[in-house]
Amino acid sequence: MDLSSINPLVLIAALMVASTPILLAAIGELVVEKSGVLNLGVEGMMITGAICGFAVAVESGSPALGFLGAALGGAVLSLLFGVLTQYLLSNQVATGLALTLFGLGLSALMGQGYIGIKPPATGDVNFGPLADLPVLGIVLFSHDLMVYVSLALVAAVWAFLKYSRAGLILRAVGESHEAAHALGYKVVRVRLAAIAFGGACAGLGGAYLSLIRVPQWTEGMTAGAGWIALAIVVFASWKPWRVLLGAYLFGGVTVLQLNLQAAGLAVPVEYLSMSPYIITILVLVIMSSNRGRAALTAPAALGRSFHASS
Amino acid sequence: MKRRNVLAGAALAMSLGGAALAGSHEPVKVGFIYVGPVGDGGWTYEHNQGRLAVEEHFGDAVETVFQESVPEGADAERALTQMALQGADLIFTTSFGYMDPTINVAAKFPDVKFEHATGYKRADNVSTYSARFYEGRAVQGHIAGKMTKTNKVGYIASFPIPEVIRGINAAYIHAKKVNPDIEFSIIWAYTWFDPAKEADAANALIEQGADVILQHTDSTAPQAAAQGVDGVITFGQASDMSEYAPLPRVSSIIDNWAPYYIARTQAVIDGTWASVDTWDGIGPGMVEIGEISDAVPADVKAEAEAMRDAIAAGGYHPFTGPLKKQDGSDWLAEGEVADDGTLAGMNFYVEGLTATIPN
Repeated sequence: MDLSSINPLVLIAALMVASTPILLAAIGELVVEKSGVLNLGVEGMMITGAICGFAVAVESGSPALGFLGAALGGAVLSLLFGVLTQYLLSNQVATGLALTLFGLGLSALMGQGYIGIKPPATGDVNFGPLADLPVLGIVLFSHDLMVYVSLALVAAVWAFLKYSRAGLILRAVGESHEAAHALGYKVVRVRLAAIAFGGACAGLGGAYLSLIRVPQWTEGMTAGAGWIALAIVVFASWKPWRVLLGAYLFGGVTVLQLNLQAAGLAVPVEYLSMSPYIITILVLVIMSSNRGRAALTAPAALGRSFHASS
Repeated sequence: MKRRNVLAGAALAMSLGGAALAGSHEPVKVGFIYVGPVGDGGWTYEHNQGRLAVEEHFGDAVETVFQESVPEGADAERALTQMALQGADLIFTTSFGYMDPTINVAAKFPDVKFEHATGYKRADNVSTYSARFYEGRAVQGHIAGKMTKTNKVGYIASFPIPEVIRGINAAYIHAKKVNPDIEFSIIWAYTWFDPAKEADAANALIEQGADVILQHTDSTAPQAAAQGVDGVITFGQASDMSEYAPLPRVSSIIDNWAPYYIARTQAVIDGTWASVDTWDGIGPGMVEIGEISDAVPADVKAEAEAMRDAIAAGGYHPFTGPLKKQDGSDWLAEGEVADDGTLAGMNFYVEGLTATIPN
């Protein structure tokens, strides 16, 4: 047992990298759920984004184009869900689950020719002298661009929902689609936009896995990350900054337990691994025990279909 | 409607079972249950290669079906039952965690033959088969002990089951033999397949000074993670993983299931199938050592190949005394060789390993 072999700064830096895919997917899903749509297809959109991004990056040689392709791929797949649930009024839970299965199959098919190929490397952002700062340098200024993009995205979503008029409309649609409709807002269009944004974010998260964190293409490589992203949104009680906290907590526990094991500490891995889920359950229990607050947190129209005739 | 389908499937299963016994020309249906996707590049990939070999060998006489990414545990029973109802005559369940589900479903379908990989529970219609991966681990341990500069070997383990513990012991014994200062850091990933987690585990080990990464998980993610780091070597697991050669992947353990799958399918066709326990190693060809790359010095390579050949010929057993258990008690006396029973149920580390096995 030698805890001195763990460098806490390297650990925090690794934690940020490990958390970025679920953070991206979760912040996208938060916007979707805020608009009153429950899309359980995050896993499918992530894995599709992973292969789209990987394929584009390999073919073009540019990781940036790869991420763009991933966002596009995720958004297109999510719009499939959007059309089915918003125009054809299919059940959101069932359609979302189907989207996950479809995404897993589609990505396996698309990825046939990309197994064992190395993607072009994504460099770290060069902050010059900032990167040499003690403590802060390695934690804050030694990452690739996507880590900063994910953080900026959280801030942007927070500001959008809290301060912008469009954000208010989105929240109104999610709280009461009839009222929003009566005011003349295009409920279906707003929701489609939110769904596409969620798909793009999930796609980015998937591409972060295949292009930076692993980096390679393997079938089924998201291995449940999409479900964790869904849990984080609930854990965060639909608040952007808490999504950041939740994602770093989930990612942090994973990285921490791996490092503790590597250092030879006999940690009860099962307990560490389940702790974020236990916290999620606790959050749900606490939220539902206080009716007034629960009404404030979960979007009231979450998961309900809307048709202008109703 | 659905119930009618199930009933029709059951009827079909019975008629097929009867047909196979009567030796008619209905194709024999062989099913495979996989723990990961066929494109994992490791464990499941090789089982699927075995399935493809069966198809090629028998042509129209055999039909194969498979299901990927079946979770270990209760859900496996559902997948197995479905496959049996669809009329499979022979079903291979290819992960340790399918042991109890296989036994349970086999009891309900006495006419269907089951083959469970890496387990130890058998029945009249359930065989077990496994490969002596630890023979390959011994060769890896030798190369690792010779190649490491930091004297620290990182080991990404999956679940604390005998097969994995056996591999750790075999690698450690042979690394220690050539490098007394060697240390093993072991991470239990508690998964067979999760590329992101496997990559994180490899990174954690490398950050803490390991320059050899051994893995007992199924994906090639640890290879990809090690690729960007100078001086770190890895070994392919279950499959050759040669796309990462010559560095970081310097050699590999390859599982070759094809001959076994063909032989067992033939036995079903001939009606000679019986419940057996097969455990083959390098000698019969179920375990192969992937080409040792040029990154390994010639003398180390020659020694490793000599060890491989000695194990194949039966002249050397990787668990040969004197060996002590971790707690210091005697296990094998000078020249004594471990018996298969102890190996199959191995639940202890050998002397020198500092970690403890999780419960």
